[in-house]
Amino acid sequence: MVGKTHPELSDPAAGNGILSRRIFLEGALVVGAIGAGLSYGSAEPLTTQSWMKVPGPGFAGYGQPSPFESKVVKTFLPAPATPGVGASRTPLHLLEGMITPSGLHFERSHSGIPDIDPDHHRLVIHGLVKRPLVFTVEALSRYPMQSRIAFIECGGNSQLLNAPQAQPLNVTAIHGLVGCSEWTGVPLSALLDEAGVEPAARWLIAEGADAAAMSRSIPIAKAMDDALVCLYQNGERVRPSNGYPVRLLLPGFEGNTNVKWLRRLKATAGPAMSKDETSKYTILLKDEKAWQFVLPMEVKSFIARPSPGLALEGPGFYEISGLAWSGNGSIRQVEVSADGGQSWAPAALQGPILPKAPVRFRAAWQWNGGPAVLQSRATDDTGMVQPTRAQFAAERGLRGVYHYNAIASWRVDEKGEVSNVYA
Amino acid sequence: MSTPKRIAGCLSMLTVASAALAQAPQFGQPIAPADIAPWDISIGPDGEGLPPGRGTAIEGEAIYVAKCQACHGEKGTKPSDALAGALVGGVGTLAPDKTPIKTVGSFWPYATTLFDYVRRAMPFQESKSLTADEVYAVSAYILNLNGIIGSNDVIDAHSLPKVRMPNRDGFIPFPRNPK
Repeated sequence: MVGKTHPELSDPAAGNGILSRRIFLEGALVVGAIGAGLSYGSAEPLTTQSWMKVPGPGFAGYGQPSPFESKVVKTFLPAPATPGVGASRTPLHLLEGMITPSGLHFERSHSGIPDIDPDHHRLVIHGLVKRPLVFTVEALSRYPMQSRIAFIECGGNSQLLNAPQAQPLNVTAIHGLVGCSEWTGVPLSALLDEAGVEPAARWLIAEGADAAAMSRSIPIAKAMDDALVCLYQNGERVRPSNGYPVRLLLPGFEGNTNVKWLRRLKATAGPAMSKDETSKYTILLKDEKAWQFVLPMEVKSFIARPSPGLALEGPGFYEISGLAWSGNGSIRQVEVSADGGQSWAPAALQGPILPKAPVRFRAAWQWNGGPAVLQSRATDDTGMVQPTRAQFAAERGLRGVYHYNAIASWRVDEKGEVSNVYA
Repeated sequence: MSTPKRIAGCLSMLTVASAALAQAPQFGQPIAPADIAPWDISIGPDGEGLPPGRGTAIEGEAIYVAKCQACHGEKGTKPSDALAGALVGGVGTLAPDKTPIKTVGSFWPYATTLFDYVRRAMPFQESKSLTADEVYAVSAYILNLNGIIGSNDVIDAHSLPKVRMPNRDGFIPFPRNPK
């Protein structure tokens, strides 16, 4: 039998072993056509396992992951000195696809996770409105709803890459303050229309019901555009760590503005100048000035596999995969490089490609066993291209802490060990 | 049953249905501003929302020692918790090529933010427990530690918005926000 041949699959698309993405687009992975894979030797003879000989356990009210997956958990780096303060990270190196399981969605909390009884939670809209209004959770549940798949990324994500020397960190430690859910809720514009926003109102002060009453000022144009008052996350009620029973979603905007445990929206002429929009979440530039109200999370990507801690087992075929997103629109292209950015080839993009949502990208790589530096570079549909670290630093320096979105680099050494480097 | 009557019945149902659809759902309950007041804890940079009350740095020191020092350190320096952060010092560290130490004195553009944040979020283990006088006093103490006001200066709704912070002009808009 003569199989269909795919000579093009073995064509190098970029230097140091990056192959054509056609291997994904055609849905045919022909290992023979791309050279030798790993030599595993002959498999053990098969036997009938114990779990096929007796019935398994019955049903559970709420399903849990297999106990064999107990290592797939959020990480705390560093462990918070005060419980509930700080952040937990999405274990990006252990996940696939574009949706983050709700229990693994990163958290950034400023005073713990409030234990909110939804029957006693209220959302108030007031300030420069014709009719100040209070909404119960039950009342919010009665409005026509919308769903959208959207990422939320902490403004402080990837900030460890501002360090002068590359630190020995894995992808989760560096980039784990991002997650993606299908969010369902009431368009904020409907609630604002009901309250009747005065023309003088240019901002909304959004406030949470946590012990810190975390608050941020949001341009009213965003609130009227695509903001959602969310009740559901991935089909079930929003998790407590992500804002139960009501959270604000501002698609594409800095995570901190997506106020959790939303209890109050005050329409004002100007911003509140709250602690989190002055002393935090502002970007100190090379001179003494700082950017304030840095709202969209700009185009970004990272490679999740291979990545530090996930060593290569030997020369041969590897899939390079990761995530790309833009707070300004949809991902148009992701390119990958295995030679530190000297040459690039387009990766395959896993659909659906949605605005302000992550895209899983995949590239085929034939590792020859030599040193390599893996990079990904995303472009969004506004034409914005992810900057190199040098370009990023040239614009704003490396003192800004927040909104780090430069191209990230993994070095692969001859042993197959992967490490974080600047390249 | 005659056909015209049936049609009339259907038409009337349609009329009812379209009348119901014509109005957007409205499930919010009206509330008087006075009834919102206990929740309205936002303070504007112009001082809007500041409550009656007053305090001085001398009065604030004891409150600080009792309620704040454990995390923020003696006189606002050397915090025991990195997330709590230093409240004092760092002036001059925003200069190019220096490692910035961002404190109330070196970085915060508005003194009103101090009142707003302390009242809503501090002390960490018992937020919203301080009286307005106590918040004014401890705000005055932190401003005084930074050399911004005198130790006997009265801080209240009138004077706090007038405090000129050293880094008041340190912020510029991000140039790439959506229009």
